[in-house]
Formats: sequence, structure tokens, C-alpha cells
Amino acid sequence: MDIIVCVKHVPDTAEAELKIDASGKAVDKAGLVYDINEWDDYALEEAVRIKEKQGGTVTAITIGSEDSDSTLRKCLARGADKAIRLTDPKFAGSDSYATAKILHSVIKTMHYDLILAGLQAGDDGATAVGPILAEMLGIPHATMVKKLELATGTAKVNRELEGGLEEQIEVKLPALLAVSTGINEPRYVSIMGIRKAMQKEIKIMTLADTGLTEAEVGEQGSWTRIEKLYVPPAEKQAEPVTGTPDEIAAKIVDLLRSRGLI
Amino acid sequence: MAKLFVLAEHRQGQLRDITFEMLTKGREIAEKTGTELTAVILGSNVKEHAKALAEYAQAVILVEDPRLENFNSEAYKKVLQALIAAHKPLLIMMGHTSYGVELAPRLAAALSIPLATDLIDLAFEADQLTATRQMYGGKVNVKTVVRKAETYIATIRTATFTPQKPSPPANGQILETPSPLTEDIAEKRFLQYVLPPPGGVDITAAEKLVGVGRGIKDQANMPLMEELAKTLGAVLACSRPIVDKGWLPTDRQVGSSGKTVKPKLYLALGISGAFQHVLGMKSSDLIIAVNKDPKAPIFSFADYAVVEDLFKIVLPLKNKVNEAKAQKT
Ligand SMILES: Cc1cc2nc3c(=O)[nH]c(=O)nc-3n(C[C@@H](O)[C@H](O)[C@H](O)COP(=O)(O)OP(=O)(O)OC[C@H]3O[C@@H](n4cnc5c(N)ncnc54)[C@H](O)[C@@H]3O)c2cc1C
Ligand SMILES: Cc1cc2nc3c(=O)[nH]c(=O)nc-3n(C[C@H](O)[C@H](O)[C@H](O)COP(=O)(O)OP(=O)(O)OC[C@H]3O[C@@H](n4cnc5c(N)ncnc54)[C@H](O)[C@@H]3O)c2cc1C
Repeated sequence: MDIIVCVKHVPDTAEAELKIDASGKAVDKAGLVYDINEWDDYALEEAVRIKEKQGGTVTAITIGSEDSDSTLRKCLARGADKAIRLTDPKFAGSDSYATAKILHSVIKTMHYDLILAGLQAGDDGATAVGPILAEMLGIPHATMVKKLELATGTAKVNRELEGGLEEQIEVKLPALLAVSTGINEPRYVSIMGIRKAMQKEIKIMTLADTGLTEAEVGEQGSWTRIEKLYVPPAEKQAEPVTGTPDEIAAKIVDLLRSRGLI
Repeated sequence: MAKLFVLAEHRQGQLRDITFEMLTKGREIAEKTGTELTAVILGSNVKEHAKALAEYAQAVILVEDPRLENFNSEAYKKVLQALIAAHKPLLIMMGHTSYGVELAPRLAAALSIPLATDLIDLAFEADQLTATRQMYGGKVNVKTVVRKAETYIATIRTATFTPQKPSPPANGQILETPSPLTEDIAEKRFLQYVLPPPGGVDITAAEKLVGVGRGIKDQANMPLMEELAKTLGAVLACSRPIVDKGWLPTDRQVGSSGKTVKPKLYLALGISGAFQHVLGMKSSDLIIAVNKDPKAPIFSFADYAVVEDLFKIVLPLKNKVNEAKAQKT
């Protein structure tokens, strides 16, 4: 089975202090640590597991700057066979729609039985690239995929609904599946794997290789355009509890005691 | 009059809350844009739902077909394509839910209609849709302008707008519309609902919860968290990554894809406060959050904020609670 996995190189912002840059339209990326998008990590792992069971190939594809190579290397070390990076200054400002167009221009020329993507990009994710790409390719799709069983020509898929409920559906292959976190447990990369991956080639493509025009990508080719970023107003302001750890602990205990919780 | 569509969401015989949230926001937009607020419901035997929607909307488009009994994005796509062609609505609102996320981008791509997703606000400014959503786990909001078009699609974040029934009720007309579906959808079939496995612990019944998140860093730290919870007489709950990693079973997860809890105490340790988590715990009586990041979104939902390394707090807290309990007896 030949599988394509769409991966995005994103900044980890859970613990980072974010500053809106001078343009007011983006966050200052300096000092942020980038890695494979959390959801794509699960997608790649799922692809590699299928390959290990059934044979075939796994190709990781990304649109991003040269820095994205570290994410592609990680994919190669995990078991991807090939990697493609689409890089062009004209791609900047692409929203989910333009992103899907770029991915489509390349994927439509490749052989695949299955395409895996993440449900969403953890940075500025719109949760949209996967289904748009599937529509462009004319193949069925499913998002929020929590479980996947392959049979001949079809995939049985559990989609997560709200509150822990799931639905099981069946889609015909080839299909695009956008996976949720928790579908598997992504493996750690061995040192040997990383060494071996350094030798694998990353294929680099630009706008000229996609057959798309400048007007079809970037901000011009997008549905949405960022006007401004701002820090969300707080719904309420928590009262700070300060002091040494012991003092903080004592204050929390007082609080709990006053409410009869201890 | 041009229409503004709100796609009703229902499952297993129930209209979902997001429907009324969208109808409430939709009413405001319809008034401002001079459009007719129109609920669209696709299903099988859903006339009762249509009546409920008519109290909120000026018109209800009802399409019934056994093929629409359970949600299927391909079937919905085909029906909506026909309805959009017939009515050319200014805007189609859907929930940013497991259904909307599956359907909206695909429908948008099929019809080349601009899409904006996961919105916490939206408005028309000079005929053009402006849409606000969050980025970076809720740390930043972004206002976007959507490309000029005759029709737009937007998915709306749940629990963002408070449903309000118009008074007097809108008494919208129900327009029964024949289903354009002519055959079964072969490439995508609904099989069945799968219930979550019965849980060992019911966190929704607990009076006190200690919620742990990715900030606890390592599975090796779980016993410490259990001890703190036990000392407090609390039950251990968690954010989704803890379940994804297999450190706690699914029944301990708080949030949109887990449980909604309302304990007397929710002590959040190393949880950033992503929207999907907050949805499940924001109605707790007392929320104390410990997070080393002063900008963590959890602090705008908590009552008390401890900006500290949680590992510096857990042991002293456990000890002080033990002391307090000893004094009492
Ligand atoms: C300078 C700049 C300006 C921007 N301006 C805008 C803007 O005006 N409006 C706007 O909406 N966004 C803007 N973006 C963000 C934009 O590039 C997003 O990354 C784009 O929308 C991709 O979709 P998503 O992140 O919403 O992906 P989602 O739909 O959330 O991602 C789902 C899945 O799609 C796949 N995927 C997503 N992105 C990629 C990728 N790059 N390569 C390979 N696979 C991918 C992954 O599998 C991912 O898990 C801008 C970015 C930059 C750098
Ligand atoms: C469809 C969908 C459904 C989802 N459903 C749910 C759901 O039901 N429940 C849910 O929880 N999530 C859900 N999520 C995921 C959600 O979006 C977040 O990714 C998740 O809640 C983040 O978990 P976290 O806060 O534990 O981790 P992170 O966001 O990584 O935050 C970790 C926090 O710990 C802090 N920290 C780190 N080290 C320390 C330390 N030593 N001391 C103190 N603080 C520290 C950091 O500053 C950070 O704020 C869902 C997502 C999607 C897309």
C-alpha cells in the first residue's frame, strides 16, 4: 500500500511567551522551537504501522521553509521512505485552501492508496486542509479518525463525535483520512534511524514545479486574509496566589478550609 | 429576500445545542444584513425538529430522506449543493463540530465558496465577511477578512454564543423540500455508533477533582499526583494528552471529547486551558490553576492563579493539607 502523509512544521507554543510582531498580523517566531505538528505525528505513525504490516511505501510531504527539513528527517527516521518539501516565497500567506491547492498539484501526479493528514495544525490550524484536498482529488475522506481498519478496497474508520461517542463508518479506498491524537502511540526515533535518515534525499519543489500560477497560491490564492492579531480579553481575571511554595500551599489550604473543602 | 442558512445539527433524535447558538447569532447577522434567517434541517423523520427550529427562524427548509437518517458528509454535501444553487444564501453557518469539520471544507471546495472556520465572532463589514478565531491554543485571537463572494461558509465554535429564543417566537414557515438524492452514497457509509467503554470512575460525580495536564511531563510523576488527589479527598482527572499517552483511562478526560464536570473544586495542574478542555470544567464552583506560564489561557477561567512550577507546589500542598486534616481531628 502506498501512503502519502501530509505534515506541517509548527512552533510549539504551549509554554512559550508569544509576542505579536510589528506587522500586527503574525507572532514573532524568533526563539520558538519547531517540531512536527502533533496530529501529523500520529498520522505518520499510523502510516508506518500499516507499511510494516502490509508492505508498500510512505511518503511525507510538506509545504514550508528549509527549516521544515528537521520535521521531514524525523518522518524519514520513523520509517517514511521518501520526503518532499515544497518551498517558494510565493507560498507565504497561503490559507488552508491555497495550501490544499499546492498539495493537490503534486499529489495528483503520484500513486497512492491512502492519504493521511492531521485533523488540524496546532499553530494556526483551520481544520480544513484534509477535506479540501480530498475534494480536489475526488476521493472520499474522513476526519477525526480515532481508529482505522483496512480491508480490500475499503477502510473501516471510527470517527470521534462529542463527549466520547464515536461513529463507525466505511470509506472506499483510495481515501484521505485526517487523524485525531491518541489513534496510536508514536514511537521514539532511534539514533540509528536518525543517522540512516540523514542519507535519504529530500525532494525539493517550487511553484514552477506545481503548474500553479502565482495568483493561485499565497494570499492572492487564499480565501482568508489575516487583518490583525490581538491578545484575547480575559473572561475573568483570576486572583493571584503568591509567596514561597509553602506560603502558597498554606493559602490554598485556607481557601479550601474556608469553603469546607477540607 | 436573500437567505442566511443555519444548518441544524442533530444526532440520535436530539437537536444539538450548537444549532440554537448559531440561530441566535444568525438572527443578529440576518437583521444587520437584511437577510432571512433560515434553518436547514436534513434528516429522516425530523418534522418535530423542524417545528422547534421554526420558533427561532423566519423559515425552515426541511429535507427528509431515509438516506439522511445518520450524518453523512457526502449526502449532506449533495443536498446542500442543490439548496445553495436554488437559494444562493449569503452565508451558511455550521457548527465547528465533528459534523461541521467533516462537511464544511469539502462543501466549500466543491462549490468554490470561501470558508472561515472555528469562529468566535463574525460580521459583515462593507459587504465582506470578517471572521475572528483563535490561534496557538487560545493565546492569540486573529481577525481575518474573507475574500469577497456571493456566498460564504462559516463554522462556529460551540458554546460561544448563548442561545436565546426570540419573543414572540419567529413562527417561521416550514418549507418541505424534496430530497435531491437519487441513490445511496457508495463511497462513504455510516455503520454504527460506538459508545465509550463503561468507565471505572465517574468523574462527573466527584465533589473535588485534581486535573492534570501535559505540564506533569512524565508518567513517573503520576503517583505523586494520585497521592495529592487522595490527600485532598479528590479524584484524579486530566486533559486529553494524558489520555492520548495512555497515562489515565478515557473516563478521566475532561473536555469537549471527554466529560463535562462541575465539582466544588477543580485544581488544574499543568493544564494550558485550551478551549476544548475549558468547555468541560469552566462551571466548576472553585477553580485553582497552577501553571508556570503567566499567560496560560487557563488563568482567564480560574478563580485563583498560582504562577509557579507545579512540582514546587504539589508536595508542600500535600503536607499542608495533611496538617490541616490532623488539626481538625
Ligand atoms: C506569512 C504567512 C501568512 C499567513 N497568512 C494566512 C492567512 O492570511 N490566512 C490564513 O488562514 N492562514 C495564513 N497563514 C497560515 C497558513 O499558512 C496555514 O498554515 C494554512 O492555512 C494551512 O492550513 P492550516 O494550518 O489551517 O491546516 P489545517 O487544516 O488545520 O491542517 C490539517 C492538516 O493539513 C496538513 N497540512 C496543513 N498545512 C500543511 C503544510 N504546510 N504542509 C503539508 N501539510 C499541511 C497537515 O496534515 C495538517 O495536520 C499564514 C502563514 C504564513 C507563514
Ligand atoms: C476535536 C478536539 C477535541 C479535543 N478534546 C479535548 C478534551 O476533551 N479535553 C482536553 O483536555 N483537550 C481536548 N483537546 C485538545 C486541546 O485542544 C489541547 O490540546 C489540550 O487540552 C492541551 O492539554 P494540556 O493543557 O494538558 O497541554 P498543553 O497545552 O501542552 O499545556 C501544558 C501546560 O503545562 C504548563 N506547564 C509545563 N510545565 C509546567 C510545570 N512544571 N509547572 C506548571 N505548569 C507547567 C505549560 O505552561 C502549559 O500551559 C481536543 C482537541 C481537538 C482538536
